[in-house]
Amino acid sequence: MKLPHHKLGDTRPAGETGVWLTSMGLSIGLFMVLALLGLILVNGIRVFWPKPVIRIELVPGSASIQRDQLIVGGIISSTRDRMIPQESGKAVEREWHIQVGNKDAYGQSFRYIAIDDAASTEFPIDAIVIERMEYGHAVGLPVALALPNGDRLEAGADDFDAALSRALIEVRKHRKELLKIEKKQIGRINHAMTRLRLAPGKLATPEGIEQQAALQAAYEKLAAEAARLRAELANGQLIIRLFTGEERGIPLGQVVHVHYPNRMTVREKVAFFLHGIRAFVADEPREANTEGGIFPAIFGTFVMTLLMSLAVMPFGILAAIYLREYARQGWFTRSVRISVNNLAGVPSIVFGVFGLGFFVYFTGGSIDQLFFSNALPTPTFGTGGILWAALTLALMTVPVVIVSTEEALAAVPRGTREGSLALGASKWQTIYRIVLPAAAPGIMTGLVLAMARGAGEVAPLMLVGVVKLAPTLPIDDLFPFIHLDRKFMHLGFHIYDLGFQSPDSDAARPMVFATTLFLIALVVVLNLGAIIIRERLRRKYATGAF
Amino acid sequence: MNATLEADPALDIVIDVKNVSFYYGAHQALFNLNMRIPRRQCTAFIGPSGCGKSTFLRCINRMNDLIDGVRMEGSLLLDGMELNSPHVDVIALRRRVGMVFQKSNPFPKSIYENVIYGLRIAGVNNRSVLDETVERCLRKAALWDEVKDRLHDSALQLSGGQMQRLCIARSIAVNPEVILMDEPCSALDPRATSRVEDLIAELRQEYTIVIVTHNMQQAARVSDWTAFFFEGKLIEFGSTEQLFRKPVNQQTQDYITGRFG
Repeated sequence: MKLPHHKLGDTRPAGETGVWLTSMGLSIGLFMVLALLGLILVNGIRVFWPKPVIRIELVPGSASIQRDQLIVGGIISSTRDRMIPQESGKAVEREWHIQVGNKDAYGQSFRYIAIDDAASTEFPIDAIVIERMEYGHAVGLPVALALPNGDRLEAGADDFDAALSRALIEVRKHRKELLKIEKKQIGRINHAMTRLRLAPGKLATPEGIEQQAALQAAYEKLAAEAARLRAELANGQLIIRLFTGEERGIPLGQVVHVHYPNRMTVREKVAFFLHGIRAFVADEPREANTEGGIFPAIFGTFVMTLLMSLAVMPFGILAAIYLREYARQGWFTRSVRISVNNLAGVPSIVFGVFGLGFFVYFTGGSIDQLFFSNALPTPTFGTGGILWAALTLALMTVPVVIVSTEEALAAVPRGTREGSLALGASKWQTIYRIVLPAAAPGIMTGLVLAMARGAGEVAPLMLVGVVKLAPTLPIDDLFPFIHLDRKFMHLGFHIYDLGFQSPDSDAARPMVFATTLFLIALVVVLNLGAIIIRERLRRKYATGAF
Repeated sequence: MNATLEADPALDIVIDVKNVSFYYGAHQALFNLNMRIPRRQCTAFIGPSGCGKSTFLRCINRMNDLIDGVRMEGSLLLDGMELNSPHVDVIALRRRVGMVFQKSNPFPKSIYENVIYGLRIAGVNNRSVLDETVERCLRKAALWDEVKDRLHDSALQLSGGQMQRLCIARSIAVNPEVILMDEPCSALDPRATSRVEDLIAELRQEYTIVIVTHNMQQAARVSDWTAFFFEGKLIEFGSTEQLFRKPVNQQTQDYITGRFG
């Protein structure tokens, strides 16, 4: 009998359907991940790219007209198709989502305009977009600049742009100074006052009264300086004409940044884009978080994740060492192992409730009774704070660390342990000098997983210390520098807050995408850090010398 | 058992085995062994797989303690000190009785750190002592010339034969009295095997060596004394020359001539 003969690569042998089935699984998974990341990336990056300003003249009598105004102008935020149910099937209408800005004048910042309703459109070359401290953006055509010294410069003048940017640099300097006084210096005085008030009996002594008076005097001096700066910031105006024809003056002190989107070169657009990203990362949020940056949230997430790692590592590793190396393997260790694995499946909100009850109310309450009784009834540790949030998340991620550490320990060859024991090493010496170094890369993998899970978690944090807006950072230059009792901001919660709690959902939407992008970036950065450490360990302990 | 080593008053006995039996749970692996292992000579254990020779070897440095549910009966004396006792300081014992394993098991550390591991855990940190030990032990293990320029490279980069010689260097660094070798050449090629055999021939001038091997030529080449185990029993024990030339027992005869089973 002649056996069937296959030339290599000629025909596919039967039974290779498995390849297709398994590759299909991978493809679907990859597609979903890439689609999600792509959506976030595209939308997140688009936020920072300057978009053109359009001036639309509407067809009289069309549905898009509001308050009899035929002229509408603003930034084209996006274009979408809207289904309109009709008797004969459905009609599709294309419409612009226009950021008209000038919320103080119009009462709204965003409008939908049907493209069919536009009689004519124009992209005015001089259109200016002004980012303000309050009321969102102002959009219009520049008219004049009224400088603080009383000079007036018309928009057509040669040195208009130069004068405007000079004035804005001045404003920025003033604002920085004001911020320094109000946040840093007055904050420091408040801090000292609080410490003075909480020191038992201190205020009754003459020395204490003297100190208080000195602080009060310092405060008044700073407050006067702040008031002077504020008044200075109110001087000077940038006058613009809105597309509706009305002229409005915007105090220079309110202006954060201006740009002319319709006449920017590509280079200027790139510069604007990079500036936008930098400001987003480095600035504090404004206007219910819908404007400004997310720096406190990035910082809070970072510090909390780091604290969580510091808490979860020793506990998880020690528990895993005992479980794997010392405990007698039997039904008890097996059930402990099963319980630990199941702990990983408990809904995270349950950990939040536990954290609130145990850490915040019980532990924090007891600490307050013992060490901060002067401040009561104002709680110090007896309320949500970054420490309790970190510990709650550590509790939640400890199973991940235990499981991966156990696996890493089990992977250390028996022969290596025996070699150490046969040389007269004790069990602990063997674990400490041979097993742990060899298992270190695997343990780091567990930490990476724990960090990824902890950094992205939101639900439990809402119960144990995350807030919409934190006035102070958990780490600053005031003694004792690391304030574990402070509430903090978190990127995950920030996304939830922007997306679902914001008063202006149109303004918040781009921020949601941008914040998501940065949360993912932060998780990637934290993981990369852990992976780099792991590779170092691998090289150091496995193939390199130490 | 009929085959104890005839007491020769000239021989200095280091390990004295009296009626040793060994159990893995309910399963008896060794039956009433009696043997006397002489000092500074090489004793080989031969026998088919599963005959208990490795188990017995691991009784001598109490490595079987690592397994749950094992039990040893009888008396095992090392220089007159009873090893089968709960009061034995196992750590001190293992310093006196070194071991080289079937599969070479260098630690994931540098060559240097591998050699001085035994000293490090004993608390020796004097640099000059450590340096001197590394050179002396690597020279004894015939490895010095090959690795002297890369002492601080990872031991895992060495070849199989070099790794096994490193493990031998590591075990002599703590200056043991006895070195146990559990099929040290089974994973090595003939060239590396012959180097390790030469090394054993060297080392038996200074140390008592007990070697388990499946290779009868190897037993004949390196050992002074040979013990034949079968199904947990010591069948015959005598000088290597006598055991291979004129075995007393029929089973031994069958095994060494390959007519076994």
